[in-house]
Amino acid sequence: MFFQKEIETMGRKELEALQLERLKWTVDYCYRNVPFYTKRLDEAGVTAEKIKSLKDIQYIPMTTKADLRDNYPFGLFAVPKKELVRIHASSGTTGKPTVVGYTRKDLDMWSDCMARLVMAAGATAEDVVQISFGYGMFTGALGLHYGLEKIGATVVPNSSGNTEKALMYMRDFGTTALVATPSYALYMAEVAKELDYPMSDYHLRLGLFGSEGCTPEMRWQIEAAWGLFATDNYGMSELMGPGVSGECSERDGLHFNEDYFLPEIINPETGEVLEPGESGELVITPLTKEGIPLLRYRTRDITRLNYEPCRCGRTHVRMDKVQGRSDDMLKIRGVNVFPSQIESVLVTIPQISPHYQLIVRREGFTDTLEVKSELENRNLLDSFVKIQELQGVIKHKLQTVLGIQCKVSLVGPKTLQRFEGKAQRIVDLRNQK
Amino acid sequence: MAVKQISVFVENQVGKLAEIADYLNEAGVNIRAFAISDTTDFGILRMIVNDPEKAEEVLLENHISVSIIDVMVVSIPDEQGNFAKIMRALADAGQNIEYAYAFLTPEAGFATVIVRVDDPQKGTDALKTAGIRVLEQGEII
Repeated sequence: MFFQKEIETMGRKELEALQLERLKWTVDYCYRNVPFYTKRLDEAGVTAEKIKSLKDIQYIPMTTKADLRDNYPFGLFAVPKKELVRIHASSGTTGKPTVVGYTRKDLDMWSDCMARLVMAAGATAEDVVQISFGYGMFTGALGLHYGLEKIGATVVPNSSGNTEKALMYMRDFGTTALVATPSYALYMAEVAKELDYPMSDYHLRLGLFGSEGCTPEMRWQIEAAWGLFATDNYGMSELMGPGVSGECSERDGLHFNEDYFLPEIINPETGEVLEPGESGELVITPLTKEGIPLLRYRTRDITRLNYEPCRCGRTHVRMDKVQGRSDDMLKIRGVNVFPSQIESVLVTIPQISPHYQLIVRREGFTDTLEVKSELENRNLLDSFVKIQELQGVIKHKLQTVLGIQCKVSLVGPKTLQRFEGKAQRIVDLRNQK
Repeated sequence: MAVKQISVFVENQVGKLAEIADYLNEAGVNIRAFAISDTTDFGILRMIVNDPEKAEEVLLENHISVSIIDVMVVSIPDEQGNFAKIMRALADAGQNIEYAYAFLTPEAGFATVIVRVDDPQKGTDALKTAGIRVLEQGEII
């Protein structure tokens, strides 16, 4: 199902021409309306006229999250406050939050993007959709909310928290689709099982999940628990919110709304633009934003782009599920290591908890990686042999996935630090004297 | 028949054993015998205490990993050749010894040996057949 079929299935040539025209527009718009960009573009010697092809984007300086923070709250806005119709902010795990503003046109564009993605995922006007993202400054809930209303679905703006009541609405309203984080969807299933209602009282058929990554194991668990079809969508408040890309029912990558967002993949260390198909950091330029336009925003997410046509008929480029974060990426003995890879191994081993810490050291001229995890299964702990066998198994599995050897240490349960927001699990001691 | 032993996972960290001992003391648990073995990363503290359930409870409350396991507590006159007698009886019964620790009670002239074997029931039967005394849980408290 398509929301705007002619755009979503537009030929690549035509699409790229549209992108080039809009890229020139946004460079010029940034230059004229945001002093930060006037200076940046002057320093780089880039003007809209000099951009002759999409490849020329590589000459434009990149923007980082730090640039948004340094210009808190409205320093990167291109319009006076009276033009804004909404303001959102990101959580701001460290330091100040990042603030974004939307003009009327920005909000229209956002709800179009969202409407396309939810229809691609399989939502229709028949659906009753419960939104279990927290409303408020966070962009997730309202982004989905307006997109779903736009396609005519019945929106239940339930927000997060009070799970039992959310489940009551689900049963009584005949809710057919759920917007949530994957982990909250799993938690809701747990609570539902504890209540005295049969699972046949719930009618969920579709999950629109986002705001955090979802491993294949987790997706499978959610689908089994609810009997629904789970889809992922992707975005971030700096760029707009959710609606940047999302899975169609083929679930073979997340389609960008490429007429509005121009993606590139770069080498996170050198900044060099990589060829299509190569894995690296995702950099995105929103092409039509008025409130807070950005040039080449570094998402820090590691993924790959796939320009092959999709079976669903959409021509817009797809990205793989995010493999990790470039700011979490560790380079150990020349090998890129992502905490997410380590996590994916640890969650498959039932004797340990999924909490872990990574310690990188330099011994002589060699980097070493130590993975600390909590021994969960108490039945093992009387026996050195069994504990050492378990260490051996973990070490072997990690080596298979990472391609490097590491040391595995087991610690007592609940001794590693727990994180409420973004976890900080890496201790890099290599540059300490 | 078998006696319950408390096994505790101890990270190699200064003060960790003192912390565990304090928890047990505060809970009124009396340690009757213990042994510590270690690798470079962690150690295992094995103890016979007067109240194993209480010890388990207080340590778990404090996020210390504990398991309770059956061991044999063998009491034998403190005389040359008696250790060999125990080992021989267990070997003849096909019992593999995972670990053992011992302590003396000089006044009474007895040695107490704590032994972990694959099958404590079989081990106990073998020792009893050989005329060796194996203590019950009630006898050590």
